[in-house]
Amino acid sequence: MSTTLQLGIVVGYLLIALGVGLAAYRVTERAAEDFYLASRTLGRVVLLFTVFATLLSAFTFFGGPDTAYSFGPEWILVMGLMDGIIFAVLWYVVGYKQWLLGQRHGYVTLGEMLGDRFGSRAIRALVAGISLFWLFPYVMLQQIGAGGALAALTDGALPFAGGATLITAFMIAYVVLAGMRGIAWTDTLQGAFMLLMVWTALLWILVAVDGGIGTINAGLEASNPEFFALGSEFYTPGTMLTFAISIAFGVAMFPQVNQRFFAANSETVLKRSFALWPVLVLLLFVPAFLIGTWARGLGLEANVGAGESILPVILAEYTPAWFAALVIAGAIAAMMSSSDSMLLSGSSYFTRDIYRPLVNDTISEKREDRLGRFGVAAFAIGALIASIWAEAEAFGAGTVGSILVNIGDLAFGGFAQLTLPVVIALYWRRTTGTGLAAGVVVPQVAYLAFSFLPETPVGSIVLFSSSYLGWGISIYCMVLGLVTTVAVSAVTAQAPDADTGLYFEGLRAD
Amino acid sequence: MASTVERYGWAVLMGLLITLAIPWFLWGDSRTALGLPLWLWWHIGWMVLASASFWLFTRRAWGLWIHDAGGDPA
Repeated sequence: MSTTLQLGIVVGYLLIALGVGLAAYRVTERAAEDFYLASRTLGRVVLLFTVFATLLSAFTFFGGPDTAYSFGPEWILVMGLMDGIIFAVLWYVVGYKQWLLGQRHGYVTLGEMLGDRFGSRAIRALVAGISLFWLFPYVMLQQIGAGGALAALTDGALPFAGGATLITAFMIAYVVLAGMRGIAWTDTLQGAFMLLMVWTALLWILVAVDGGIGTINAGLEASNPEFFALGSEFYTPGTMLTFAISIAFGVAMFPQVNQRFFAANSETVLKRSFALWPVLVLLLFVPAFLIGTWARGLGLEANVGAGESILPVILAEYTPAWFAALVIAGAIAAMMSSSDSMLLSGSSYFTRDIYRPLVNDTISEKREDRLGRFGVAAFAIGALIASIWAEAEAFGAGTVGSILVNIGDLAFGGFAQLTLPVVIALYWRRTTGTGLAAGVVVPQVAYLAFSFLPETPVGSIVLFSSSYLGWGISIYCMVLGLVTTVAVSAVTAQAPDADTGLYFEGLRAD
Repeated sequence: MASTVERYGWAVLMGLLITLAIPWFLWGDSRTALGLPLWLWWHIGWMVLASASFWLFTRRAWGLWIHDAGGDPA
């Protein structure tokens, strides 16, 4: 099977996406609200799939099946609880309330919504700054993943830097052209495509294996009988819950997901998406992670620890090469659909929450629109340069590149630290600006310290460990954020510009 | 405005949906049915139940805790 055909399929897929972007550009107005939020007109199918495709990163196709391959299929439960249920509840608690407020007051970013309530530009810039701090390295991870996947697909014919640059160029082209509307359209295409691919792959394997599931389970029984029992040394209750809770809470504050809360065109859209959510998550993750588990029962080998992925291996064994290339194209599409949305949101956080309030608040809609598009390109190119640099250093310990990659890996936990203070602000009138700021900053500092400082024994306890009593540090920091927000709010006064009724009065259905 | 029973009832239900998405009572259980672990079937059923509950919530209680919620007066 030729590299040319595989590369052709990937590039063909990218070109179709670009075509959709162009179509969206033609119906797009040249205004910031349209560029960032498609003028709040996303319908049910599109909103559902755009959030869905945004949530899925390279992890669904590579990391998830690899985890199931290495440790067993319990990861399905973690993802189901995380994305299917906890995130759905946050979709209502945070998302619906944000949507109502966005409709009334025209907010485009989380920072704007908080800044308005607390009468504070500093809070607005603080929330945007922390978000960008975690977002930038996370975009890098996607570029590194895409560059690596293309290099593996072409056996190195397209080197890492070339692959990452190709993907980034496509992303810039279509985000700059299409804005939110184009992204949402391509996300819908990609989400449907990914669902179709993963089920086809699962059925294909079942049919291709002699004896089907019986053979697979017999193989598993022989090689890894512990995969059938719920729980293991890796999957402890503490670990499973730490992942599920901190990632679900993190997702809700990821700029590209959070911003979508503002973009629905009606309540009906939000309602239907909310109700369909658990089933959609189930439909995607069960087959994806079963494939990883089954690869183990089929005796296939991939050195996951060294960065190899099991999915291409099992596809190569049981499906034709063109199909494997299509799935890889789907996986690259998943990385892109996450990244392009992140670029757009990152740009809007920068222009609306940092540039406008702090540098120049008088620019016109048209100029802001242009600045937003320019910001996308700057953000993407910056992340690309950092990615290539990080890769060239081969992730050596202690280098700037490896530190950035570590930050990206910690991003979900970092964003999760924002969620509880924001929920308190949304639902408790007595939250003060000082309380919110402290509740946002304190857990960030603690989380960074415990993640990056070396473990230090102090008496009988060890400081700066990454987990305590089986629970990850991100959970403790979330509790710290909750307590800090409430305690500091209780002892400080509202700022004179604060509008304490803003999140409560007159919130009604359409 | 929803009754107190409904207000707390929905919160309890959401808590329950979260608590039992992972079937803790099947911990260590390795029985299978139709080729898949029993605990996976529980999870599949539970997610469908969650969707059904969320759908009912959108029909009966949408806006709960949010529409003109009193909150604590400042």
